[in-house]
Amino acid sequence: MKQKVRIAAGQGFWGDLPEAPVRQVEGGPIDYLMLDYLAEVTMSIMQKQRSRDPGAGYARDFVPLMKQILPACIERNIRITANAGGVNVAGCAAAVKDIALELGLGGKVRLGLVSGDDIMAKLDELLARGIELRNMDNGAPLSTVRDRIQSANVYLGAAPMLEALNRGAQIVITGRATDTGLTLAPLMHEFGWSADDWNKIAAGTIAGHIIECGAQCSGGNCQFEWRSVPNLADVGFPIVEAAPDGTFVITKHEGTGGWVTIPSVKEQLVYEMGDPHEYITPDCIADFTTIQLGYEGRDRVRVSGIEGRPATETFKVSISYSAGYKAVGTLVYSWPDAYDKAQAADKILRARLERLGLKFDQILTEFVGANATHGPLAGKPSPDLPEVQLRVGVRSENRSAVERFTKEIAPLVLTGPPGVTGFAGGRPKVEEIVAYWPALIPKREINPIVDLIEV
Amino acid sequence: MKVQLAKLAHARSGDKGDTANVGLIALRDEIYPLLVREITPERVKEHFRGICKGKVERFELPNLGALNFLLHESLGGGGTLSLMTDAQGKTFSTALLRMEIEISQAEAQSLGFDPNFRV
Repeated sequence: MKQKVRIAAGQGFWGDLPEAPVRQVEGGPIDYLMLDYLAEVTMSIMQKQRSRDPGAGYARDFVPLMKQILPACIERNIRITANAGGVNVAGCAAAVKDIALELGLGGKVRLGLVSGDDIMAKLDELLARGIELRNMDNGAPLSTVRDRIQSANVYLGAAPMLEALNRGAQIVITGRATDTGLTLAPLMHEFGWSADDWNKIAAGTIAGHIIECGAQCSGGNCQFEWRSVPNLADVGFPIVEAAPDGTFVITKHEGTGGWVTIPSVKEQLVYEMGDPHEYITPDCIADFTTIQLGYEGRDRVRVSGIEGRPATETFKVSISYSAGYKAVGTLVYSWPDAYDKAQAADKILRARLERLGLKFDQILTEFVGANATHGPLAGKPSPDLPEVQLRVGVRSENRSAVERFTKEIAPLVLTGPPGVTGFAGGRPKVEEIVAYWPALIPKREINPIVDLIEV
Repeated sequence: MKVQLAKLAHARSGDKGDTANVGLIALRDEIYPLLVREITPERVKEHFRGICKGKVERFELPNLGALNFLLHESLGGGGTLSLMTDAQGKTFSTALLRMEIEISQAEAQSLGFDPNFRV
């Protein structure tokens, strides 16, 4: 058994720095590369892409990335875990297989495919059996939005990824799977941790949580002494160096920018945190109040003491549904009296919308430069503000009302307060809202599937 | 004397649906008990009046010198439903750091702040 396993984070979301995974592979020794592509609503975007093109529906960026790094990964036995499969794991794997063959790697690569997360086809059967899939946030039963659902996927945990690794997969491609599982599964595989060794499973889960947002734990978005963070232009993405006992060090490749410090790691630990005593994943309940941090050298933070408890009997389900339309219009007002002018323009706009009889579920006005982020906490804006952006958003079930709103922004330039610009982008775009519906489902209802493909 | 929270702590915030979370981290371990005493859920709710429409929950992480706040009904519906610039609550962290608390001269001194200056 290895005494140390290095897992490098390469993508914190779909659209993260394209060069980051390449630099993780080339910048120093690693054993695994983990790539997190799926945000909450990504699955619905992919579902739409697939309905237009049966070959689509996965993180397309993953394929050119494989072309770039696969030879080096094979040569140095770096294995990859990625939830790049989206709603089309088989399609993603087929594309990777083509690339591998093109690179002359035939006979050298085994792909592990994890699926079974997609429950769209059996939703009605589940609902009929009384599994209500109530919204975790507001308790509403799923039947209230049944006809508007676009995708429904379970967050699978480390177990099926572990099976793929145990069966020799070089690259594990999953659909909807937890980002923490992408880190935990390699540790279970390498160290032989049993699935009910709760403290170790929790440790691997928290290791995954720390690196799942990429550079957000290694200097990016770091509030603590942000001016002093070195060389963010060349920021190093994080690496977990784990030991068989469940302790690990967060670090990054030598010579890269950013920093790994106790404050930078703490900031990531509290990111999107709920009750710290119970961070619930399919694999365990991790207790964040047990985490101990310490320095083990420059850009090396040691994490230890982690305790966990048995996993729950449910999986989380990520359901997306169509929830109407929205549009956001903006104009920029300049000194003098920029804020007053923007406010006057907002009043005029609202009076016109009123006169048109348009009904919206919500209209929101923000004054960027004055109060868009901190609202009333920002205090009274200075009359000398050089400029203020008026930003008005509307939301409605009725597409034509939103469409009509978009025609009322540019006219304000010639029919409203003076000193206005910033309309060159044309009419605002009407966007369909795909909303997120979190729910729970008993684990016994789900059968994760692991397939292997030899290239 | 008045001290702004930005001088005592750093923070990171994010979202879960319509709930914003703010993790507030003491700049030094000695400051943590002061945060526990002063930065109550009630004070945070009051600080975010007009922004947070639901309840505020607080969790303690003495091991990290941190408090975690959940601000319910704060993100205009949350996720893609929200029309807000900051639909993900990313700037709630700095909004919390605007808070000012009153501490005694003696406590300020013991934490290494110069009592002659408003810090």
